[in-house]
Amino acid sequence: MIDIWRALERALDMIISFDAALVEIVLRSLQINLFALSIAALIGLPLGAATALYRFPLRKVLAVLLSAMMGLPPVVVGLLVYLLLSRSGPLGVFGLLFTPTAMIIAQVILITPIIAAISRQALDLMWRDYEEQFQSLGVPPSRRLLALIWDGRFSLLTALLAGFGRASAEVGAVMIVGGNIDHVSRVMTTSIALEISRGDLSLALALGFVLLALSLAVNGASFVIRDTAERRYGQ
Amino acid sequence: MISELLKFVLFLVFLLPSPLIAGAKFITVASTTSTQNSGLFDAILPIFSRHTGIEVRVIAVGTGAAIRLARNGDADVLLVHHKASEEKFVADGHGLYRLPLMYNDFVLIGPKSDPAEIRKSPNVSNALTRIMTRKALFVSRADDSGTYKREVELWRAAQLFPKRHSGTWYREIGAGMGAALNMAAAQNAYLLCDRSTWLSYANRQSLALLFVGGESLRNVYGVIPLAKSRHPHVKQAMAEEFVKWLGSTTGQAAIAAYRIDGEQLFFPLIH
Amino acid sequence: MNASASILPIRLDKAGIRSGNKRILKEITLSIDKAAKLTILLGPNGAGKSLLLRLCHGLIAHDDGHITWNGGGDPGLNRQRQAMVFQRPILLRRSVQANLDFALSLGDLSKASRRDRNAEILEMTGLTRFAARPARQLSFGEQQRLALGRALALKPQLLLLDEPCASLDPAASFLVENLLQQVVGEGMRVVMATHDLSQARRLADDVIFMYRGRIKEHRPAKDFFEAPENDLSQAFLRGELLWWRRRSIFSPDQGKPDDDF
Repeated sequence: MIDIWRALERALDMIISFDAALVEIVLRSLQINLFALSIAALIGLPLGAATALYRFPLRKVLAVLLSAMMGLPPVVVGLLVYLLLSRSGPLGVFGLLFTPTAMIIAQVILITPIIAAISRQALDLMWRDYEEQFQSLGVPPSRRLLALIWDGRFSLLTALLAGFGRASAEVGAVMIVGGNIDHVSRVMTTSIALEISRGDLSLALALGFVLLALSLAVNGASFVIRDTAERRYGQ
Repeated sequence: MISELLKFVLFLVFLLPSPLIAGAKFITVASTTSTQNSGLFDAILPIFSRHTGIEVRVIAVGTGAAIRLARNGDADVLLVHHKASEEKFVADGHGLYRLPLMYNDFVLIGPKSDPAEIRKSPNVSNALTRIMTRKALFVSRADDSGTYKREVELWRAAQLFPKRHSGTWYREIGAGMGAALNMAAAQNAYLLCDRSTWLSYANRQSLALLFVGGESLRNVYGVIPLAKSRHPHVKQAMAEEFVKWLGSTTGQAAIAAYRIDGEQLFFPLIH
Repeated sequence: MNASASILPIRLDKAGIRSGNKRILKEITLSIDKAAKLTILLGPNGAGKSLLLRLCHGLIAHDDGHITWNGGGDPGLNRQRQAMVFQRPILLRRSVQANLDFALSLGDLSKASRRDRNAEILEMTGLTRFAARPARQLSFGEQQRLALGRALALKPQLLLLDEPCASLDPAASFLVENLLQQVVGEGMRVVMATHDLSQARRLADDVIFMYRGRIKEHRPAKDFFEAPENDLSQAFLRGELLWWRRRSIFSPDQGKPDDDF
């Protein structure tokens, strides 16, 4: 059966020797995920902040919608994006299917609701504290959003981390829209899926360990950043 | 502090070689997971790319999904193994022509202990009957793949109706060949598999090849270049170049040369 | 910023605030004029001092009566002409200097003027040496001084304070009181709520005594402290009215049915 120790050994071996295939796949995964994270953050953070700050009709509906979208099955998103980008679909002319761009699009759709919902929650809490003071100072509505986001930057880091984690773990949607093409759209998760279907469970597990190590590194780094910064700038 | 982080992120995203910028010369081939998993493409495609400078991108899904994909115009070439579907594809105007390329065979895999004793069967209908009578566990792909379509044809030819027993000894999983093999291995079950996938499968556990042979188990692969007339953006010229190469002496030799542990997986049909 | 735009005088005429059906601020008739004066709002907890301050500041809306700011109805247009310091300082997660600059940037000053005024305020509040430090690292007393400095940044006409020294130690309170006396001396109108009698005695030019949402007395400080007219005021000055309570032994209204609250 699968020897877990063997797999662990294999994982360490791959990491230490900077196995070329592994490096290529890891870099591609990071590129795609970070790109998607940046775009999702640009949309999601202000969206979450606006929902926390401004009173507009449908505000509560939007908040519920955002939370509900977090439960979107990724394969459904993958299917929808496929239908959109397919040559026989509305956006077919761009020829984006089976490219990393398509994967980024799917990822953005998946992680924006998470970032928006978490940042909304964090900023809502903060706004209760700040609202009166901002009103008193006469901060115009346009500046309130940015000031709040900047002040809440550490709790918003949590939202970003959640988004990154979600993107890193995604396999279904990116498989459908990316096609898992070798040297083009193959990432860590789809590689793992491929090796499982090939029966090479040892390699799949080894890749899994690498993914885990990556996740630990990212979370560890952000913890350190957040911790030191919080102690500097205050809770 | 934050700006440093941002700079690092931007560096990572932009300065490293970016696959986001699409390369110029490539074609997309819609094919099946079994062909992909056998490792054939990894073996022969680099040869083609070296000769022509054309990059070949393979999307490996189930036969049915590959055909649907091609119908939508999301590929330049279709390479699957179900004659009836392929001929319909061309007849409907999506493809230029069908070239029978190579063949392998389907085999029956099962637990080494062979509780249904199919090793002794004279033909495949007999083997399937034994499995059904013994109510031995059988994993069916039950998806839209060429392998599944053949499985259904074989049961029908033996005049057996295992679907009525779905959920008991007959397990329909709706998944690919690899997943089916994994399940069969875990549950010591029988299943129909193509020989190439079996040879390249790495998690056999107590599974073994138990039954081979017969015309009804022959598995022919056809390759079809898509028609520009139907799908205007298809890279027809490059697609045809690829198909012609596959059928050429070089291509056919490359297919024949692919082996695992000295055993040949695919047999060329043209040369 | 329109230098001539004034928000004073603030005139309240039988103004009131409701919470649901209950009236929590009742029949407030009051005038806050332009003058170099410090008015103390006195009263037990729950008397409505905070509510009145917020009403004058335009943070909450009145439900009954009228209120005008220099004849106009909307204080929002001239936000920078009045400022408020709350019981807890709400500072941004940035340096002391950046916090001040944030407030300064809301006005119409040039970059150079902002820098100068920033340094001036740091000097005035004695926080110059903390300029680059994250504001939230300061002690509570220092944070309140910063909040006060921030309030004074754009030279408001009116300064409102809601028990700013409630959580400060005597030394910190002393510094805040000094600052207040200084700005009043320079011509600012100040209204401050407190329940600290000795602080009131030290600072007040006139006193507004509140109880259960109403103004019970409004008189010059000397008169109020020496000869309070009201039973309630007297009880309060004796230290007996720490908070109002229905039918409590501390309340002289014991036995009387109350239709509000």
